[in-house]
Amino acid sequence: MMSFISYLVNGISLGSIYALIALGYTMVYGIAKMLNFAHGDIIMVGGFTIFTAMSTAWCPVWMSVIIGIVVCTVLGVLVEKVAYKPLRSAPPLAVLITAIGVSYLLQNVALLIFGSASQSFTSIVKNIAPVTIGGVTISMETVISIVVSVIIMICLTLFINKTKAGKAMLAVSEDKGAAQLMGINVNATISLTFAIGSALAGVASALLCSSYPQISPYTGSMPGIKAFVAAVFGGIGSIPGAMIGGILLGVIENLSKAYISSQLSDAIVFLVLIVVLIVKPTGIMGKKINEKV
Amino acid sequence: MKVSKKILALSLAACMTVPFLAGCNSSSSNEGTSEGADGAGASAASGDFTGTLVIGGIGPVTGGAAVYGNAVKNGIQLAVDEINAAGGVNGIKLEFNFQDDEHNEEKAVNAYNTLKDKDMKLLIGTVTSNPCIAVAAETAKDNMFQLTPSGSAVDCVANDNAFRICFNDPNQGIASAQYIAQNNVASKVAVIYDSSDVYSTGIYEKFVAEASVQNLEVVAAEAFTSDSKTDFSVQIQKVQESGADLLFLPIYYQEAALILQQADKAGLSVKYFGCDGLDGLIDQLGADVGLAEGVMLLTPFAADAKDDKTVAFTTAYKAAYNGEVPIQFAADGYDAVYAVKAAMEKAGITDASISASDLCDALKAAMTEITVEGVTGNITWTADGEPTKDPKAMEIVITENEDGTKTGTYAAL
Repeated sequence: MMSFISYLVNGISLGSIYALIALGYTMVYGIAKMLNFAHGDIIMVGGFTIFTAMSTAWCPVWMSVIIGIVVCTVLGVLVEKVAYKPLRSAPPLAVLITAIGVSYLLQNVALLIFGSASQSFTSIVKNIAPVTIGGVTISMETVISIVVSVIIMICLTLFINKTKAGKAMLAVSEDKGAAQLMGINVNATISLTFAIGSALAGVASALLCSSYPQISPYTGSMPGIKAFVAAVFGGIGSIPGAMIGGILLGVIENLSKAYISSQLSDAIVFLVLIVVLIVKPTGIMGKKINEKV
Repeated sequence: MKVSKKILALSLAACMTVPFLAGCNSSSSNEGTSEGADGAGASAASGDFTGTLVIGGIGPVTGGAAVYGNAVKNGIQLAVDEINAAGGVNGIKLEFNFQDDEHNEEKAVNAYNTLKDKDMKLLIGTVTSNPCIAVAAETAKDNMFQLTPSGSAVDCVANDNAFRICFNDPNQGIASAQYIAQNNVASKVAVIYDSSDVYSTGIYEKFVAEASVQNLEVVAAEAFTSDSKTDFSVQIQKVQESGADLLFLPIYYQEAALILQQADKAGLSVKYFGCDGLDGLIDQLGADVGLAEGVMLLTPFAADAKDDKTVAFTTAYKAAYNGEVPIQFAADGYDAVYAVKAAMEKAGITDASISASDLCDALKAAMTEITVEGVTGNITWTADGEPTKDPKAMEIVITENEDGTKTGTYAAL
């Protein structure tokens, strides 16, 4: 029983990082209706920024994290302006391919600057002792990942439903043309979406690199894909869905490693995904959309 | 336009005939005359070499495995420079051309074709196992002599034109199990391996087989794949529950560093034992290097060993590459060049314009007759391409510096 709880906690910890990344994916998809495959690589850039800032002597940890988030935000908006905005009226496939292009561009620029060898990252909560509850040890990184993803999920939901800018986002997501007619600045709204999505990537980078203290130009790609799966699992476009999808993915992955086979865990995770999508094609929390003709 | 095309055609034709002329000349007379006509006129004019022989090299110098490719490349270049400075091999100057494969099979085969266009006569490569197997199929077709410094999968040298410097994976697994059992390092062993990697599974399978012969109890065998190689909490917990007193890690150092860090957090206290893939662990751990205390690994080379050969090699390598400390792969590359030199001398190759296929036949026969006293040990080869040398066990020792930081070094056991 003890070990089951421990597996579960570790799964939630892994899942909360997936969830944090998935929030960025789902946000951009929900509003701009595009899959930003460069999201994982923005996390990698954030990780390297924090890594570089922390290795300079004068920069305290909290400031490094803020610098990382700011750099990610600026980069996200910049990528949107340069690469995605000119393609606003292009077919979705063109935007998708551009996003993959941006992803490789970022990876290769990082390769040029930092080299391919992975470097060791110092956890942002290095000196805080792990918490022990009833015999189960939970590392500080886990606690922070879970708390931060829950807070962000609540804030995002409130922001979208309660504020003017959030409502503008909802309007844009439902019908770009109509939103424009109602006096909403569509471009500014989409830029804001990217800014928020990329700031989340910055937060995710700090937690990802602290939990698994290594950073390389490929750091963002695999978590990025897993988080994308989590977003689809939970219902892409839905913010609570991303959270649930991420955590479930982490838990299923860890429990199948523990009780079925450590080799088959990925196969099982994706099998579950396929089954869920067959039963409920819009994902766990996805809304059913009726196309009107 | 027409005129320029003609000029182009003529110059191309001229280019193509020059090597033929060189070939004819040197086959008719082995003396001085071949020098002038040989393509590399400049070098021939400046030295006393009778010709230039191109050695190709392939390995990852970008991408995730770049640290190995760069080390092998540097090691080979160092040896080539030393040999040329000492007058070459039988008067033949060695020229080294290295191509990147990014640890990718397709790119490795492309690199091989590029090198053939550059008149490569033999290949030292490739560095990593999967690309090596892909290239081995091509070299066998072309009858091109291939010596891989570090491709350790069994199939790398499946063909009779291919040899290697490093141990193959099964041998590392067997040697590890024997070492652990014979030195009573542990009796209950757990393994964490990468089931998506041929290197890791190769060692793992032979280790488990040999462990039962040696009466070692394998109490847990947990896998991970290249798609999920950051979170090891489950594997570590299962090792903990299994009651193992030693964790065998036949994996590469990046994952090993993560495992050490996560095991420390989970409070796992076992001994660690690994193979040559753990070379690089000390740098990878950075500030956490203290975690590597007492990690044992089976590797034929350690830069701080005190024997004359290693000291000389390490000093020369550091001088040539900005004080960088050579890893085992650099030593493998270095030994590979000296193995080629020994084989060429044994086979009496004096003509640099020999065809790659003839050279291959000559070297193939010579390889089984030579002994190379290299920095990775005294090596002899069997006809199936496998090296015979003694594995050495190393332990990582941590010393504390005055400012509280820690430094890790390898010490021979």
